[in-house]
Amino acid sequence: MGWVMIDRRLINNFDWGLLSAALLLSAIGVLTIFSATRPVLDAEQQSFYMRQLYWIGLSLIFYFAVISFDYRWLLRYAYFIYFFGIFLLVFVLFFGREGMGAQRWIPLGFLSFQPSEFFKLFFIFAVSRYLSDMGENINLDLKSILRAGGLFFFIPALLIVKQPDLGTAVMISFIFFSMLFAAGMRTRLLVMAVIIGIISVPYLGNIFWGSLKNYQKQRITAFMDPDIDPRGIGYHIKQSKVSIGSGGLVGKGYMKGTQGPLRFLPEKHTDFIFAIFAEEWGFAGSVMLWLFYLFIILRGFDTARRARDLAGTYLAFGITSMFAFYFMINISMTLGMSPVVGIPLPLMSYGGTALLSNFLALGILGNIRMRRMPLSY
Amino acid sequence: MERRIIFCTYIVLSAFAILLLRLFSIQVIKGSRYREISDNNRLKVERVTAPRGIIYDRNGSPLVRNIPFFDISAVREYMPSDEETLLSLSALLNIEPGKLKAMLHVPAVKTYVPVKLRDNLSLSEVAMIAARKIDFPGLQVDVRTGREYIYGELAAHVSGYLNRLTPGQAGDSDYSGLPPDAFVGQYGVEKFHDDILRGRAGGRMTEVDAMGRETRVISFEEPSKGRDIRLTIDMPVQIEAEKNLAGRAGAVVAIDPQTGEILALASSPSFDPNMFMEGMSAFDWNMLVTDSKKPLLNRAIQSRYPPGSTFKVITALAALEEGVINDETKFHCKGSIEYGGREFKCWKKEGHGTVNLNRALAESCDVFFYEVGKRLDIDKLASYARRFGLGMPSGIGLNGEIAGLVPDSKWKAKAKKDKWYMGETLHTVIGQGYLTATPIEMAVVTSALVNGGRLVKPKLLMDDAGALSDSFSTAGVKPENLFRIKSALISSVNEGGGTGHLARSNITEIGGKTGTAQVVSKSVYDRNRLSELKDHAWFISFAPGDKPEIAVTVFIEHGGGGGAEAAPVAKNVIEAYFNAKAERLKQEEEKEKELEYGMGDDRQKADK
Repeated sequence: MGWVMIDRRLINNFDWGLLSAALLLSAIGVLTIFSATRPVLDAEQQSFYMRQLYWIGLSLIFYFAVISFDYRWLLRYAYFIYFFGIFLLVFVLFFGREGMGAQRWIPLGFLSFQPSEFFKLFFIFAVSRYLSDMGENINLDLKSILRAGGLFFFIPALLIVKQPDLGTAVMISFIFFSMLFAAGMRTRLLVMAVIIGIISVPYLGNIFWGSLKNYQKQRITAFMDPDIDPRGIGYHIKQSKVSIGSGGLVGKGYMKGTQGPLRFLPEKHTDFIFAIFAEEWGFAGSVMLWLFYLFIILRGFDTARRARDLAGTYLAFGITSMFAFYFMINISMTLGMSPVVGIPLPLMSYGGTALLSNFLALGILGNIRMRRMPLSY
Repeated sequence: MERRIIFCTYIVLSAFAILLLRLFSIQVIKGSRYREISDNNRLKVERVTAPRGIIYDRNGSPLVRNIPFFDISAVREYMPSDEETLLSLSALLNIEPGKLKAMLHVPAVKTYVPVKLRDNLSLSEVAMIAARKIDFPGLQVDVRTGREYIYGELAAHVSGYLNRLTPGQAGDSDYSGLPPDAFVGQYGVEKFHDDILRGRAGGRMTEVDAMGRETRVISFEEPSKGRDIRLTIDMPVQIEAEKNLAGRAGAVVAIDPQTGEILALASSPSFDPNMFMEGMSAFDWNMLVTDSKKPLLNRAIQSRYPPGSTFKVITALAALEEGVINDETKFHCKGSIEYGGREFKCWKKEGHGTVNLNRALAESCDVFFYEVGKRLDIDKLASYARRFGLGMPSGIGLNGEIAGLVPDSKWKAKAKKDKWYMGETLHTVIGQGYLTATPIEMAVVTSALVNGGRLVKPKLLMDDAGALSDSFSTAGVKPENLFRIKSALISSVNEGGGTGHLARSNITEIGGKTGTAQVVSKSVYDRNRLSELKDHAWFISFAPGDKPEIAVTVFIEHGGGGGAEAAPVAKNVIEAYFNAKAERLKQEEEKEKELEYGMGDDRQKADK
């Protein structure tokens, strides 16, 4: 059993770069949370940054735990994990706690967690297992795509929309299709799917629109025209751009940002943490920050290419695309380029469940990389 | 599969490039604009208004006070929005529910910025609102400094009033930097010296959070108080003047003939300047401006009338200076003379008999002056009138002053396209015809008569820098001629048969000249007897006779005869002046005595 006898080669192959980048980004996150939530009147400093630190500690433990199992051992239980995830999603629908207009938390004594955060990971495991079982150079026609969708995609997507958690629903569709693309889905088919998707937006939209909660509708209209409701959700987008823009080239300086502590920017320490960072560190700091994210993503794709087996490739690819989608959707949301869908910035946004699942995902990535093909031999 | 992963890498890189462009556009290209918006978000700049300068009379007693006024506004985000709250608030503030609702729903540029609901709450309303603060968490009472005019209608035309900036003034550089709802001087000294009285507002810049709560003060600039103004007005004299005008239309000007300091400037009817401060209704405003008695008109400087016989002093001086008459000159008055086929009547039907200049002025014989007029060129007469300050604004330092008219041949040719007729000279010499003057102009004439021929510029502000430092122009007439006129005016009041005998005083020697300016000919008036056709009554006067300290001009619109109506007013005003002066002297003496006493006391204590 590879995980008991720790191979010297494994230690040599350990990806220190990936872990350092992740730790650095989460440390920047803690500092930014501290600045964003600093009190301006005589109140005390809120404890968000402390809780985030605890979660980083916990995440590190899980990171090392997950890296020491051989991922192939985990893949064996992929379907089981997947059904456990489905079970959690159903459970949360009936027994979950409601917060911010959606039913997505499971209370666990002193803390509560969002199963949909972890579900993405479980989902990637199951799809990787399924696709790798089909072997190399598979011919993914419409029929097999629909079958894969029926097995892994439609049911969880429905459950998540029902919470409703628009962000996660969008995420798993993106991940699903990018994994199918990597597996060899015909380009023509993908282009067609995209075209059909675009054409059917108004029709689907109509059906979908009715099932949306009020705040979700507001977010979408506000994105289309932020001036419609300058005090509501459009205000949110506008203030995010104001925060980022006011940072200018070099920023206002750490702890000198005003948009967050003075509460002009809502959700400043969660989904909009980048706006706070950009306000204080400017364009120069933001570009530096992005380079670390880019490093992790490129490292992920590289890991996918070098994985020792097909399942590892799928797994690494799925995790990396999830990470990339997270980053790009969050950033384009804060830059006012996409609707506000409630997607946190990986590693930096306040929130324990998301942080833990980020570290778990990176742990698996490190796991695959550590056990990569022996190119050097 | 390898190729597809590489392809995805490129997709990610291009996505980064797009995000980077967007980031660059927001932070670098539009950065300064967003910086401005973010500062706008957090910085609140408030004006801290400067206390307005106080207006005092010459003795240091204040005419105005700065008092608080209360306005109410609401931060709408904190206001309960249910119907019931709205109704009870509407009842509390006395604002119609519909109107109130509209006020609370106007789209706001910024959130958490209070909107004004009503001005000028009474103290009891403020108390009621304070008591119900819990029900209306968004309400706030703002205190604003306003003006109280202690004397109400008294001296209203001098002090003037404050009112909101007019739309025209809002763009004027004199009023730059003022908020659009600012109160500024709109009349009288308040307006003319607004720049002095206003002071400079300070500013307070604070950082606020999204709820409008102040987090810290960034800068504070102390306002600088407006400068106080000391008027030349002597309130006891002013009060007496207005008392005598009560119920009539007219004006009284009391002036120090040596310095030009205005001791009283009264116009009747008057108005209450406090009305404007309290937020005047459109109805009240209309009442005020359409009132046929024109209370807003300052008759002392803004209305001109034929000066009547008071003008004879100028005619007499011109005749003496031009050698037309001398001490020996006598004319016979049989009640009228004929000239150019027309009859020119003396006011005294039976005639004055043979009169010299002294008697002619004292008894105001018209025929004597008709004879003078026959021998005097109109252009010469007009130039003397101008040398004494007629026909031009006195420059008293109030807005809207107008000038009377001094007609001459040139004026006639231009205005009437006609030549001057001798008959018109005969009207002019007795202060009728085209000739008009404002009461303030007549006060300047009187001053020059008794101060050695210096033309004073009337002034309302005491400036200690030297009352006599102003360069005066002189009328350029011989002192002995001035003395002749002055003596005649003293005779007019103090000798038998003088038209001004009702101004005779026991406490001081008064000199004066009556004037009765016809509005219509006597026969027309006798037929109608309408009060608006009644003669205007004038009286110009000075006291004491040997070295005049005060000159008083009284004008009463449609008052009737100058001797009967205007002369007693002048007497009362002059006596009020001397009484007040004596009273002040007495008080000062007492104070000095007290001071000596008190010091003795202190010394005793120190010895112990």
